[in-house]
Amino acid sequence: MKIEILGTGCSKCKALEEATKQAVAQSGKFAQIEKVEDIMKIMEYNVMSTPGLVIDGKVLSTGKLLSVAEIVELIKAQ
Amino acid sequence: MWQESVDILVYEWLQLPHGEKLSDALNFFIYDTVKILFLLIVIIFIVTLLRSYFSTEKVREYLSKKHEYTGNVLAALFGIITPFCSCSAIPLFLGFLQARIPLGVTFSFLISAPLNNEIAIAMLFGIFGWKVTALYIGFGLLVAIVGGIIIGRLGLEKDILIDVKPIEGEIKAETQVIPFKTRLHDAKEYTLDILRKIWLYVLVGVGVGAFIHGYVPTEFITSIAGANNPFAVPLATLLGVPMYSNAAGVMPLIEVLTSKGMLLGTALSFMMAITALSLPEAMILKRVMSLKLIAIFFGTVTLGIIGVGYLFNAIL
Repeated sequence: MKIEILGTGCSKCKALEEATKQAVAQSGKFAQIEKVEDIMKIMEYNVMSTPGLVIDGKVLSTGKLLSVAEIVELIKAQ
Repeated sequence: MWQESVDILVYEWLQLPHGEKLSDALNFFIYDTVKILFLLIVIIFIVTLLRSYFSTEKVREYLSKKHEYTGNVLAALFGIITPFCSCSAIPLFLGFLQARIPLGVTFSFLISAPLNNEIAIAMLFGIFGWKVTALYIGFGLLVAIVGGIIIGRLGLEKDILIDVKPIEGEIKAETQVIPFKTRLHDAKEYTLDILRKIWLYVLVGVGVGAFIHGYVPTEFITSIAGANNPFAVPLATLLGVPMYSNAAGVMPLIEVLTSKGMLLGTALSFMMAITALSLPEAMILKRVMSLKLIAIFFGTVTLGIIGVGYLFNAIL
């Protein structure tokens, strides 16, 4: 599983990255986490409000700082 | 009713004398902080909940089908209700251009959205009531629409530093189904988050306001910000620029200043400059547009805000 955090470096984006790391640890699944800061790559996902959460190429959340529990839900649903 | 409760607390329970500067300032401080914080919570919660139904993606889809002028008006209107954070200004800017939305229309949105941020609206409504809030929003729309049209007419497309590839085919926003319970929960979390960030500013702002209210003579304020100073409007506008994101702390000050003789048009210019002209946002935008374009953007908005101030002072 590959999880991408889309964000240009705002505080919410960093917080989402942290929450995602915790969520992956909690879920017990193996996942690769990547922070995407390149604006052109973010635009390829058609995302206009950061931070965005992408799992396996699918945009699952935008413009929101998800809680650890919410991310665990998203990971398990995949 | 609330004023009476505070009167009882200050004058009867604490037994402070009526008409003294200290007790008046304390009365004002308690009355204002509680009132403002209460209204902030209620209004930010409601605005956030409503906004969860409007996404930038949907606005983009809608605007991509509109022409200039109509597009400018609609973009400015959407700026009121769409959630916006200056940290997302770049993806939003590029995303609009990708959808072949004209530059001027994009700017109408970029001017309107920060002007109508939920904190400013909540503070305005809490302190000045719905009339001033409506004037603020109305004149803000005017600045956003006219500013966007002017920028659009100047042919500045070459001043965008990134090569924007238009999206092929029809622009479609994916709709996420979010249960109402989740929206309520998100709005609550967001409201608390904002409150944690700004409560101290509110206290300090009201505190300084209470001090002015009790100690600074009216003549002093009138001589600087009243009708006799023809440069009060541009001065207030320039002062507002470095105060970005401190709408929560500055609005209580403006309340006291207006009650002491600052003209409402000057106050409106001050408030708009605080929200619409943000230096951090300019720094962010430098990554995608030339300095010339940023300067024209800020210059147009500044002139618009100053114009609104003078116009308003002249009418009233």
